[in-house]
Order: sequence, then structure tokens, then C-alpha cells
Amino acid sequence: MLSPADLVTIPLDDWMNAFVRGWLVPNFRPFFRAAQVPVSNVLNTLNAFLLWVPMLVTTAAFTLAALRWAGVGTAIFTLLGFAFIDMIGYWPETMTTLAMIVTSVLFCALIGVPLGIFAARSDTAWKITRPVLDIMQTIPSFVYLVPIVMLFGVGMTPGIIATIIFAIPPIVRLTNLGIRGVRHDLIEAAQSFGSTRWQMLWDLQLPMAMRTILAGLNQTLMLALSMVVIAALIGAGGLGLVVNTGLGRLNVGEATSGGVGIVILAIVLDRITQGMGEKGLGVGPSLARLLGGVFRTRPLPDQKTPG
Amino acid sequence: MHPKLSVRHLFKIFGARSEEALERLAQGQSKEEILRETGAAVGVQDANFEVAEGEIFVVMGLSGSGKSTLVRMLNGLIPPTSGKICIDGEDVASCGAARLQAIRREKIAMVFQHFALFPHWTIAENVAYGLKIKGIPAAERRAKALETLDQVGLRPWADARPPQLSGGMQQRVGLARALATGPQVLLMDEPFGALDPLIRREMQDELVTLQKTLKKTIVFITHDLNEALLLGNRIAIMRDGRFVQVGAPQDIVGHPADDYVSAFVGDIDRGRVFRAGDIARPPQSVQVDASHADVLDFMMRSGRTAVYALDNGRIAGVLCHEDLVGTTVAIRDHLKPFARTRPEVKLHELYPLAARGLPIAVVDDNDTLSGVVELDDLFACLAGTDSRPAPAHPPVTAHQQTERLDAQPG
Repeated sequence: MLSPADLVTIPLDDWMNAFVRGWLVPNFRPFFRAAQVPVSNVLNTLNAFLLWVPMLVTTAAFTLAALRWAGVGTAIFTLLGFAFIDMIGYWPETMTTLAMIVTSVLFCALIGVPLGIFAARSDTAWKITRPVLDIMQTIPSFVYLVPIVMLFGVGMTPGIIATIIFAIPPIVRLTNLGIRGVRHDLIEAAQSFGSTRWQMLWDLQLPMAMRTILAGLNQTLMLALSMVVIAALIGAGGLGLVVNTGLGRLNVGEATSGGVGIVILAIVLDRITQGMGEKGLGVGPSLARLLGGVFRTRPLPDQKTPG
Repeated sequence: MHPKLSVRHLFKIFGARSEEALERLAQGQSKEEILRETGAAVGVQDANFEVAEGEIFVVMGLSGSGKSTLVRMLNGLIPPTSGKICIDGEDVASCGAARLQAIRREKIAMVFQHFALFPHWTIAENVAYGLKIKGIPAAERRAKALETLDQVGLRPWADARPPQLSGGMQQRVGLARALATGPQVLLMDEPFGALDPLIRREMQDELVTLQKTLKKTIVFITHDLNEALLLGNRIAIMRDGRFVQVGAPQDIVGHPADDYVSAFVGDIDRGRVFRAGDIARPPQSVQVDASHADVLDFMMRSGRTAVYALDNGRIAGVLCHEDLVGTTVAIRDHLKPFARTRPEVKLHELYPLAARGLPIAVVDDNDTLSGVVELDDLFACLAGTDSRPAPAHPPVTAHQQTERLDAQPG
């Protein structure tokens, strides 16, 4: 039987090899090395800080945050869960994983929110962004691990870069969705008073979209957590490394311990960030007030506008 | 005096092939044909009107008539396909984005059907929005916001949030927000359409009261003819993107341009549209020292059974035919007390006066007789069978419009 391959064969694998090994890596390796500096700086600082802070202080901080945003149940769970992690002996690995996740989510937000805003402002931008996000979400992460290793080397930071690629789509999508979902008559009202696009973004679109953006942040966080084990394959440490080592040695106990740590961390972070999204924007405090609220542990007093 | 707002040959066509659609319109193709053949939807076609300073110009039409598109073109929310929109002689349609923004900040403000208040801000912050956009310091704009809230009676609510307020109150905030920047032109897009009937009535009366002191130039959109007749100094009836008739409320109700307008006007309470001055006859009166014969002769000639008698130019009273026949008592002793009204009073307010069965005196500022409302004229006008009420003042419309309208049978 005749098949298209008898007529033409496409050596996609060779092309890809030529592209990555022959062109991208030799020419751009220094660039990519330099690009990872801010990521590794943030990561190392955060990792060192979390390892330096005593376990009890960190646990207390998370328990209070859970109490403020997620209720008593989650607070108790946080307290017991963190104590459990410490008792099974994986506290330092958990803190390293936490540092990795916070760093990834931070960079996801720094890149993803502006990208989402940009995509929301022009249909053309969204038409280009959307398929890229689709590819990022569907492509198996193992596919880009190899080029990442080639470009960035092995270690924690390449792990974070892989995590960012994997986890960024939801925050871009939901920022776009949130901004596009602002009521049309409110947009018209803002326009009719002669607001600039920046004024409209700051006064109206971002505050109105904040709930949706925070939901996106929560999704991004969960994806980052699920990437922990895969990132460990290219040298990222933390709980992912524990799981991988356990897997390699067929040590069921070790793999399970790492897995339990990840699950506990995931539940705590999920509940707290979800609570932030819901409570932080009850009947809409302003953006500044919301951001202020993130750094407080008690309900806000009823604020009066000055003047 | 130049009109505050003047609109000339304004067209809006939605869709990619708008130029082609414009040409087809000029060739006389209908909206439906154009939609079928080019896929372009005609929103507004050839709108022409002028609004004088301090006037309320009401655009009335059903949904899909293009009235919302029309009002959005006036402040550039929807860019027109062709035509001119001049505010103080400056064309908004072609002035460029930066200038348009300045005009929106300084001259023209809008009130929306569903209020369009920012739910994440307090009432005072909402009212101060236009001032914030202009970069006015926080303390100053708060002071101005409170002052404006005072005007609409909502100062105690300054620190509440929109969802805590009822619909009527929210629209007062919407109005205050529009007034706070001190615009000269106010665009109101069905502002009371989302309110309960009683609240709507209240808001209409309040707008009338406010307008007495504000004297803004208002373009008011509505689908409710009663509202249009109550508020409008002039009314444009819109259908399929074009003006069917433009005129004072009395013109619209008294002389509907076509069957479409007639159908609307049918249910209208004419007593709330026409005014005493519209149906008053020129004052035909006798002197109080005239003889019996002269007065009876006058009644015979004028065909009235009751006439007004003047004493040195002042109204002395009414004389009735049946009292004068067969007596020789001095005319002075037959004078009956009379009811007086003013030309701008609506007919429905005359009903109690009419109950006396005597013609009603229409007086001017000096309390001299300027006309007489005969009861048969009153009924004829209410019944819509009377052709007497001529337009109080000729409809001020664009030239083309006037020609076209005049061609219609009155």
C-alpha cells in the first residue's frame, strides 16, 4: 500500500536537533544563562530565608494566615500538618519546595498578569496568545525538559523555569477573562468621562477583575505544585527529589513521605489563596486596600476615605 | 444664537462594507435590502437636529430604532460613519482622540440606563469619578462630590456603596456623577427605564425641577412617549434609524406626521400635553359699560353664550346670555365670578375650573386678558377632533427634515 511516507519523509527530529543543538544552544546559551539570574537570586534568597526561620515561627505564620483567610478548620489542619512534616523529618525539603513554588508563582504573576492585560486589550493579541497557551498546556513537560537543560543547565533554577512554563497559562487566561468580563456599561461610563486606558485599567478593570485574577493565581499555584516532582528530574531539590530518590531505589516509604509532604503543602496553600480570592474582595474594596489586606492578619476596620 | 449642539447628516452603519452601504442608502435602497446584500446594518441614517442651550431634546423610539446608537455618537463612544456633530461649533466626529477626551472631560457627561456605578467604590468616590479623571486633588473632589450629592438629596449616603442603594437612589448618584464635572451637555440614555413606575415618575419630576436651576443642554433618550412629552421641549420620534418627526410635544400629538406616530399618540392623555395657551381663542370681550343690546348683539355675532367684560382693561367678570335676555338691570350687576389661568398651564389642570360651566380666562403677567378657553374647544382638543391648536411655535428642525415633514399631511 502506498502511504505519504513513501513519497516524502519529514525528518522533524533531525530538524529539531539541528535547531536546538546547532543554533539555539551555541548562540543563545549565554543569554539564557544571564536570563536566569533574577530567578535564581529570588529563589536562593527565599530558600535561605525559609531554612533560617525556625520551624515554629513559619508554622505560626501559616496558621495565622489560614485563620485570617480560610477559617479555623484549615488553621488546625495547617498546624497539625506542618508538625507532621517536621516529625517525619522532611521540614527542610518542604521549605525548599515552598521557596521554589513561591518563586515560580511570583514570576508567573509578574509575566502572566501583564500578558493577560495585553491579551485582553486587543483581539489580535489574544488570537496570538491563545494557541501559545494551548500548546503550553498540552505539550508533555518532558518534551521541554531536555532543551531547558541544554540552555540553562541542571539545578534548581532550570527546574523553576520549567515550572513557570508549565504553570503560567491559567493566570494569563484568567487575567484576560477577568478584564474582558468587566460590564460593558461600566467601560462606557469610564470612557464617557474621558478616562485614559491606564486610568480605566487602574480604576476599573483591575479591581473588577481581581477576583478572577486571584482564581488564576490559585490555579497557577496548584500547577506549580504538581510540577515539583518532574522538575526534580533536572536537579531541582526539595520534596520532589525525595520522591524521585524513593522511586529510583524502589523505596516506597521514602516516596510516600515526600508525597504526603507535597499534599499537605498543596492543601494549605490552596485553601489560603482561595480564601484570599473570596474574602479579600467581598463587596469590592479598592485594589490598594486589597493589597494592604494581604499583609494584615486581622479583618480590616471600616475605612473612611480621607478628606 | 448658535445652537449648543448641532447634528448634520449623521449616519452610522455597522459592518465591514459601510461605504458601500452608504452609497446604497443614497440610491434609496432600504435598510433590509442593504443588510441582505452587503451584510451591513444601518444604525442611524441621516439624523439632523439642533439643540439650543438649556433645552431638553428627547429622542423617542422603540428598541432597535437606533436611539442608543445616536446618543453614543454624540460623545464618540460609537464613531459615526459620516456626518457632523458640533458642540459649540466644534465637530466632535472629526476632532481627534485627544480633543475628544478633553471634550468628554469638560463639556459632556452621560447618564446610563443601568446606572453604571463602580461597585467597588463608595458613592462619593463614584460621584467624584469625573474629577479624578481630570486629576483634581482628592480633598477638593470629595468636597465637590458632597456638594453635588446634596443637590440630589443623597449626602447622607456618601460613604455607602452602590449595591446598598435602591435603583432610584443609584440613578440619582449616576446623575450626580454626571453633574459633578460641571458639563454643559448632558446625555441621558433611558435613565429612568430600569426604575419602577412610581420612582420613575418621581425622578422625572425631580429632573424637571433640577433643570429649572441647572439649565443644562440635555439629550434624553426614552422609549416611553409619556416621558418624552413630559420632559421634552422638543421631541424626535425615531424609527428604523431615522427621524420620523421632530417637534414640540403639542406638534407631535396634535399633528402626527404619519400612521406610526399616530399609533403612538393614540393612547396619550392629551390633557397633559396641551396647554391653555394652545387652545385659547383670541380675547373677544365687551366693555362693562356697554348696553344690553350691544352685548347681546356681540354674543349673536360671535356665537358665544358667555363673554368676558372688561373694565378699563381689567377683567370685570363673565356675562351670560340667559341672564341678559329680558332684563334691563345694569350689565354690571350681571357679572359672574370667573376662573383665570395662565397660558402654560396644562389642560388637565383646568378641569376643576371648567366644572363651573363658564369659559376660562387666560391671563398674562399683568393679569390682563390674553385669551379665552371655551369649554367646547377644551373637549374638542381632548377628543382629538379639533384642528384649532396650531403649533405654539413652528418646529425648529433641520431644513431637509422640515421639508420632508411639511410634505406629510398634518
